[in-house]
Amino acid sequence: MKANCWMGKRKVQVEEVPDPKILNSQDAIVKITSTAICGSDLHLFNGFVPTMERGDILGHEFMGEVVEVGPSVRNIQVGDRVVVPFPISCGTCAACQAGLFSVCENSNPNAWIAEKLLGHSPAGVYGYSHMLGGFAGGQAEYARVPFADVGPLKVPEDLTDEQVLFLSDIFPTGYMGAEMCDIQRGDVIAVWGAGPVGQFAIASALLLGAERVIAIDRFKYRLQMAKERAGASDTINYEEVNVQDALLELTGGRGPDKCIDAVGMEAHGHGVTYAYDRAKQAMMLESDRPIALREAILACRNGGVVSVIGVYGGFIDKFPMGAIMNRSLTIRSGQCHVQRYMRPLLERVQKGEIDPSFVITHRLPLDQAPQGYDMFLNKEDNCEKVVLSAR
Amino acid sequence: MTGTEQSLRYGGSLGERRRANYTPYQTYNRRYTDQPGRKVEQSTERWAKGLGWLSIGLGLAQIAAPRKVARLIGVNDDDETRNTMFALGLREITSGVGILSRPRPVGWVWTRVGGDLMDLALLGKAMSSGDNDRNRVAAVTAAVVGVTLLDVITGQQLSKGGNGARTSNGSRTISRATGPGFRIGGPIQVKEAITINRPRSEVYRFWHNFENLPRFMAHLESVQILDERRSRWKGKAPAGSTVEWEAEIIEDRPNELIAWRSLPDSTVPNMGSVQFRDAPGGRGTEVLVELRYQPPGGKIGALIAKLFGEEPKQQVKGDLRRFKQVMELGEIVHSDSSIHRGPHPAQPPEDLNKVELGTTQQPQEVQS
Repeated sequence: MKANCWMGKRKVQVEEVPDPKILNSQDAIVKITSTAICGSDLHLFNGFVPTMERGDILGHEFMGEVVEVGPSVRNIQVGDRVVVPFPISCGTCAACQAGLFSVCENSNPNAWIAEKLLGHSPAGVYGYSHMLGGFAGGQAEYARVPFADVGPLKVPEDLTDEQVLFLSDIFPTGYMGAEMCDIQRGDVIAVWGAGPVGQFAIASALLLGAERVIAIDRFKYRLQMAKERAGASDTINYEEVNVQDALLELTGGRGPDKCIDAVGMEAHGHGVTYAYDRAKQAMMLESDRPIALREAILACRNGGVVSVIGVYGGFIDKFPMGAIMNRSLTIRSGQCHVQRYMRPLLERVQKGEIDPSFVITHRLPLDQAPQGYDMFLNKEDNCEKVVLSAR
Repeated sequence: MTGTEQSLRYGGSLGERRRANYTPYQTYNRRYTDQPGRKVEQSTERWAKGLGWLSIGLGLAQIAAPRKVARLIGVNDDDETRNTMFALGLREITSGVGILSRPRPVGWVWTRVGGDLMDLALLGKAMSSGDNDRNRVAAVTAAVVGVTLLDVITGQQLSKGGNGARTSNGSRTISRATGPGFRIGGPIQVKEAITINRPRSEVYRFWHNFENLPRFMAHLESVQILDERRSRWKGKAPAGSTVEWEAEIIEDRPNELIAWRSLPDSTVPNMGSVQFRDAPGGRGTEVLVELRYQPPGGKIGALIAKLFGEEPKQQVKGDLRRFKQVMELGEIVHSDSSIHRGPHPAQPPEDLNKVELGTTQQPQEVQS
């Protein structure tokens, strides 16, 4: 089959690779119809993520048709049309049973590498380094999906791929960012980053009853999408105005009630999963990497919540702990527990409350994945989200 | 065999001490106490001290005057050489301090052997590079070979003396570091824990059937139960060979603890225990495993294995992780890379017959 492979820094290539095979009894093989490039794939692209191997198949946002199932699979059958969540989760361990799917205790065969960097290991993830399992990704014609009874969500035929594809990652991720804000009546929410995840955080905050949502970015087209499509009430371009001043002005001097960091370290070119020693080194040399996070903490009103869904990999310095402690702030964070949100969010799509396809700006065939990466990285042609068709 | 005879044979048995005063989670880190009584040991130890001072002197020279040392041994004096010198210097000082600070520095002397091997490898590399003075490098290589021999002899002498730690009046010192055929300072000791989301009785039952262990222990090929207490183990050794030994259960408390050890004169002397406790909050069972073994290939084998990344603690942790998968899921979870030995890109396998799928069977109910 054809698959988009990581070939080194700033180099991806569509290669001919072996077809996936059933390796565990709960596996399914999915023939992929649509797959997307995620902002976090750019960290892999830029070569910041350790434990990548030349030839790794990328991609963790994908959907398609089930073409084969292992002997223990009960909930899905050959022929089902499914969306696949990016965390690989067993559904049986204590974490999965508590709904914490992205920290599944069984799905990362390379957990020992992650433990060295993070203390404990999170779940395995498709196409996202060997530290997170070494699983082949979904920017391909076919993919092996472990724990097929737990992850994949059957989707009705009357919805298009583009309407349901983002249930695999960015819609639930943005939604969880808003949910962690514990939104109350009258709340003003500020969202750092108007990339695809930021757009869904904005839309979700409104779905969850926020009074107003303020979007912060530096690309005009992204702020425009936030306002016109996601529903942000105000936008701040941080290259034009001082974010802190603008927020105070917009909130009567209180600061936003809840802040969402949908930037992570990516805006500054720093890896998701940072080599332990490299991060340590960075602590000595760099002082201003988590710009958005620090800004969000300092801006948040007393007693507010800072919800972090932007990806961080290692260690940051000059973390304003004093602000958190003295001003009674709450920090909440996590890789999205996608399986928890897929069904309820599918219902919202079905009811017409939201059409997630609004973020798509570019559609390319799988063959042109390398062009898609370049375009997304360089924000060419007002690129917001690239969907690859594998049909 | 009476208990006394047994303890004489083995230098004290873990089981007896357990029965006497067992408390969960007690540590094995107690230092051995031994009193070498024989003359050959004393002279060996003097040799060892000499080697310790040699290490420190050489290490200091490598750090303080890397250029001079480089010129002395005929190696080109560039940045890379200076960095290597610095690292080698640190290593020398570490093993020197280690030797001098221990009453019976057997382990530290073996670190010198490891260092010698490293030096020889580097010298071999220097020899093949055109930049260096080959005659000098050859002379230094000959000297290092001599020192290596000396280190090996000293290490062997100390190791022999350590076996059993006989005191002058003939009694044996019971210590945590001695066991069935262990040499003092020799055995590798590992302690690891994991929580399994299954009832304690089920987890205990599965482990109690030792024939299940190879399903999740990567270095075991098979275990055959011989009778109620005894079992025959076959382990994987380097280069595709196997090692076999017999073991006996020395303590068995249903749903709480199983302890075993190899019979005397085993090729891989080892002992282990596993404890089972209820995890708080109904989260299943906490499993605590303690293992001690004398690695195949002796100390040099262990040292080389360690230098090249075969980390025992990590191995046991990996075994426990697979144990959890077998108990919770009925099989071991595979990724596209984990089915290959060594690095492999995350791509589907070409041929399923050429990968290591391990166990895929459902855990069986076993009779206790």
